[in-house]
Amino acid sequence: MNTLITTLFNGVSIGTVLLIVALGLAIVFGLMGVINLAHGELMMLGAYTTYVVQNGFKTYLGTESQGLYIWAAIPLSFVVAALVGLALERGVIRFLYGRPLETLLATWGVSLILRQFVRSVSWGMVGGLLAFCGLFFGGKWLLGKSARIPSYRQNLVTTGLFLLSGAIAWFVGSNINNDPQLARPWFSARNVDVTAPGWLQGSIRVTAGIQFPASRLFIIVLTLLCLLGVYLFLQKSAWGLRIRSVTQNRDMSACLGIPTAQVDAVTFALGSGLAGVAGFAVTLLGSVGPNLGVNYIVDAFMVVVVGGVGNLLGSVIAALGIGIVTYLLGSGTMVRLLGGADGGAVVSFFDFFATTSMAKVMVFALIILFLQVRPAGLFPPKGRSAEV
Amino acid sequence: MTQTTTLPNPAPVQAAPTLQISGLNVYYGESHILRNVDMTIPPGKMVCLIGRNGVGKTTLLKTVMGLLAPRSGRIDYQGKSLLPLPTNKRAKLGIGYVPQGREIIPRLTVKENLLVGLEAKANQKGNPLNADVPEDILQLFPVLKQMLSRMGGDLSGGQQQQLAIARAIMSRPQLLVLDEPTEGIQPSIILDIENAVRQIVETSGMSVLLVEQHLHFAQQADYYYAMQKGGIVDSGEASQLNSDVIQRFLAV
Ligand SMILES: Nc1ncnc2c1ncn2[C@@H]1O[C@H](COP(=O)(O)OP(=O)(O)OP(=O)(O)O)[C@@H](O)[C@H]1O
Ligand SMILES: [Mg+2]
Repeated sequence: MNTLITTLFNGVSIGTVLLIVALGLAIVFGLMGVINLAHGELMMLGAYTTYVVQNGFKTYLGTESQGLYIWAAIPLSFVVAALVGLALERGVIRFLYGRPLETLLATWGVSLILRQFVRSVSWGMVGGLLAFCGLFFGGKWLLGKSARIPSYRQNLVTTGLFLLSGAIAWFVGSNINNDPQLARPWFSARNVDVTAPGWLQGSIRVTAGIQFPASRLFIIVLTLLCLLGVYLFLQKSAWGLRIRSVTQNRDMSACLGIPTAQVDAVTFALGSGLAGVAGFAVTLLGSVGPNLGVNYIVDAFMVVVVGGVGNLLGSVIAALGIGIVTYLLGSGTMVRLLGGADGGAVVSFFDFFATTSMAKVMVFALIILFLQVRPAGLFPPKGRSAEV
Repeated sequence: MTQTTTLPNPAPVQAAPTLQISGLNVYYGESHILRNVDMTIPPGKMVCLIGRNGVGKTTLLKTVMGLLAPRSGRIDYQGKSLLPLPTNKRAKLGIGYVPQGREIIPRLTVKENLLVGLEAKANQKGNPLNADVPEDILQLFPVLKQMLSRMGGDLSGGQQQQLAIARAIMSRPQLLVLDEPTEGIQPSIILDIENAVRQIVETSGMSVLLVEQHLHFAQQADYYYAMQKGGIVDSGEASQLNSDVIQRFLAV
């Protein structure tokens, strides 16, 4: 009995981590059909936001109450990732709707940029970037407001403005960098650690012999809350109605007066923000580094594809299923269930896969088999929306 | 909103036409679909566009809605050009659209499909999901009343057509654009739809642009335009529409 409960808990726990990581992607990829390879990097930004918030709390509130940081870190990691996602959608992805290959390449590029950004970001770099954005966009705005520039001159003026603000920004940045204090990278390429609050570090004893790690329980609760929030937002809010309408029939939604471009931006920001929350969640499990997103992006796509693209319930079931199977294989529970380590060929087969990495290999093999039988996943899209 | 009063007007006011299309040329890639199309829809009037399959009727309506961009020509709505506006802003100005093929949002309930129609309403505030479907619209289409919680995609073709019209008038538009509302629908339902459209026009005074193949329905209009190979080849009072004209422009 105890083993069963522990097994189930551990499986569900792996599953909820998968789920919270995949939830944002289920919206961006599942509902909008955008293949965003920078999704993992949005997660990473959420994780670094958590790190920064925690350090802030430690500096200003002292060590006793620094544990309170999580209540600020959850909303802030959502907001930071959502804002970066919004900029990504407005700046890159909206020009590439309906062109999956270009989206794939562009977002991959963005993911590289974001990874390098956290490695080398310093006060000098931020100063330079801010100066550039202020000068270039401010200049464009001013020119657009006051001067009437003939359209054939537009490109020339924009290029000039770009070069000018680029030069000034470079000058500003390298000046700041003259001070070695300010030139030091904020995070550098090394991994950093987020110290969870004390009450999340221990275990919670359920009965004699059954203990659940508090951080795992917390992630399960957080995932449930995120799911509930997403469900209520999509089903009950005005923006949710617009999102559901636009993702099913874009042209008709526009004909009904729905601002489709705005809806795209909101949907993408929501998915990105959820990636940020996932980034917060994984800081409870391990250290934070620039490559954090890479470790999770494949899992996230896997969950969405197995669940059936466009189906949130499918993602939930897929995540839990994959989690439980991974745990059953990786922990050697299968071996024990089949009766000891020295059984027949079947037992030694499962024994071979009874490590975390080999279990992953096995899960991938199973998923490939599954997709041969059901190429559209657990819940294939039905009816007219299947055409898209 | 300005045309809803039906006070007797002895001297006709020179109001801008609800829709004025002039010299419109539309292409799909390099194939020239609409050629110098001119059309006028006066306020409160119903205009019917007839023509064989594939002459470009749907193309014209999609261009009015902004789903296609013309290469040249003008489209003016109440005296202002529609061309710089995106589709959703045109809907907000008061153009309700019932497309060919109905385009019901499949995984929204019938009620949600109707409430989405409120999006184009000029002064709509708050969450449309908390609103109710107005009684007059449910009375026009009684079939919808028992189906409010069904998925839109699960309705039959005829029911979907009625839903599409009901959805388009949720925002109380001033111009209703209907693309073959009777296509593939059994005769008794055609009569229902026809009556509903007539009632809408009589009670609200909205202008209508109707694409229709059925003579009986087409005769409900005030004016007709006939299209051939992407150009307008004939027009006049709809009362002159008889089997002779139909023979010329519709029969294959
Ligand atoms: N997406 C498209 N790409 C290229 N050509 C198209 C496209 N849609 C329509 N056409 C062509 O444009 C022409 C006009 O089509 P349209 O749909 O406007 O005809 P219609 O008058 O509405 O016909 P029907 O009575 O069958 O609805 C047709 O010859 C059609 O083949
Ligand atoms: Mg047509």
